[in-house]
Amino acid sequence: MAKATRAAFGEAILELGEKDKDLIVLDADLSKSTQTQKFSKKFPHRWFEVGIAEANMIGIGAGLALAGKKPFVCSFACFLIGRFETIRISLAYNRANVKMVGTHCGIGIGEDGYTQMSLEDIACMRSLPEMSIVQPADEIETKQCIEYMLQHKGPVYIRLTRQALEDVHTLRYKFQFGKGDVLKEGKDVALLATGGVVYNTLQAAEELEKLGVKATVVNIHTIKPLDKELIFNLSKKIEKFVTVEDHNIYGGLGGAVAEALSEQTPRKLLRIGVNDVYAESGTPEDVYKKYGLDAEGIFSKIKKFLQK
Amino acid sequence: MNVKKLESLKNRARDIRVLIIKMLVEAGSGHPGGSLSATDILTCLYFHKMNYDPTDPLRDRFVLSKGHGVPALYATLVKAGYLEEKEVMTLRKINSRMQGHPDHFRLPLMETSAGSLGVGLSIAQGMALAAKIDEKNYKTYCMIGDGEIQEGQMWEAFMSAPKFKLDNLVCILDYNQGQIDGPVKEVMDIEPIAEKLKSFNWHVIEINGHNLEEILNALYEADSIKDKPTFIIAHTVKGKGVSFMEGVIDWHGKAPSQEEGEKAIKEILNG
Repeated sequence: MAKATRAAFGEAILELGEKDKDLIVLDADLSKSTQTQKFSKKFPHRWFEVGIAEANMIGIGAGLALAGKKPFVCSFACFLIGRFETIRISLAYNRANVKMVGTHCGIGIGEDGYTQMSLEDIACMRSLPEMSIVQPADEIETKQCIEYMLQHKGPVYIRLTRQALEDVHTLRYKFQFGKGDVLKEGKDVALLATGGVVYNTLQAAEELEKLGVKATVVNIHTIKPLDKELIFNLSKKIEKFVTVEDHNIYGGLGGAVAEALSEQTPRKLLRIGVNDVYAESGTPEDVYKKYGLDAEGIFSKIKKFLQK
Repeated sequence: MNVKKLESLKNRARDIRVLIIKMLVEAGSGHPGGSLSATDILTCLYFHKMNYDPTDPLRDRFVLSKGHGVPALYATLVKAGYLEEKEVMTLRKINSRMQGHPDHFRLPLMETSAGSLGVGLSIAQGMALAAKIDEKNYKTYCMIGDGEIQEGQMWEAFMSAPKFKLDNLVCILDYNQGQIDGPVKEVMDIEPIAEKLKSFNWHVIEINGHNLEEILNALYEADSIKDKPTFIIAHTVKGKGVSFMEGVIDWHGKAPSQEEGEKAIKEILNG
């Protein structure tokens, strides 16, 4: 059943909080949205409301981690990345064991408009050495990813959606940090997608199939460290590459894959994402349609790209 | 406080000041003003007040938020026996753990990296909060600069520490009144700072930051305060102990030459 990855996160920490007493959660006046509210009720002594002060929250999280705790600091992705200086010094440079959880990523939030849409966060986070960046694609993956990240040591950025996502995995799925998750294999084009648009990309691949185009579809849940080995192996047998993400086409997955390809085997690459513009309000469906991140938009861009 | 103990602390502070000057001469750059103003407070913390063993998870913690004052902390740790003088003389040189500003990863003796002003008090609060969660008794001390208070994140931290009732947190303001562009009063006045912190529900103590007895009394007073954090306003002199540096803003971020260093050391030893 479709579920927002933020909701899956809220359920995951509720369970993990039972097992790990060092799991601490901090929120900045958005606990209903980030879905940490249930955790706050169940573990009131391990949940802290910092108010609308994200920089302070991130700093307190760093201090907790330096004293041995495993804090999750949670807010909208845009408000976390807006405090980049604190992330850079207090968290990243210290290698503090803090899990940053940025929800409401990308234009998929819809009506709230550009100010709440983080479209630069992956680019900024990628520029920090040793920062891990993960973006799960559905409920099943989110829960496994959160459990993994709790025992992973070091700074982590987890990017989650406001909108509900259809499942792309079954319960047999096993999340492997740093490894691309191949959902479909085909020789004509490689589609590398991340987060909320993975499902749309799979749908686009099905449409391509009707035209006789066989696509490989990979869910890149770990954007850093990127699975360069998989990309290299794909580049040996596939001529054309496409990246799909709800983020600016600069610096995110598109940027990361462009760098990896040009270091190894240069290939033609189409980056689908927000095309370096300030997006706008609208229903999530209308916004995805206008900016071409729905299955139809993704399909038609790829079709055009393949015809070139 | 007995006279003998005070005398020994004074000697420690003197030795630390000498080492700061030596390090900065050797490095050729760095911040003497704010290192010398912080020295007496660091002496009281590390040689008397803090329960400090870097390997003990229950140690008291010291966060140097005004990271540019780190030569004073390196020198203190040499005198306390946790660093070698030979190593701190590599301050600011390539391949050294003695970074220009504290680097926790290279040198875990630094409780946190710092140097971007305004971020340390939040980190110190996280440490104090961890102690509360675990019901441990260690204390967290955080030293901030006066110009640093101009940073917005400081005020977020000033609000949250009383909310979390962090009576195990002590914030010490090294109030030396100077910042790079001029007197703090002119650049962006922070006054009335005592009233501001009181109204934010901190326990505020005002002292002469070079009077060892006053420093120690304030640190012990903080121990007795329940349910709120303590803010110690330590009035200090930038460049304290070296007449030609005292109160001169130009010495905020400039290293002394060999000759100036020798002159400074002679003064400190005679002071």
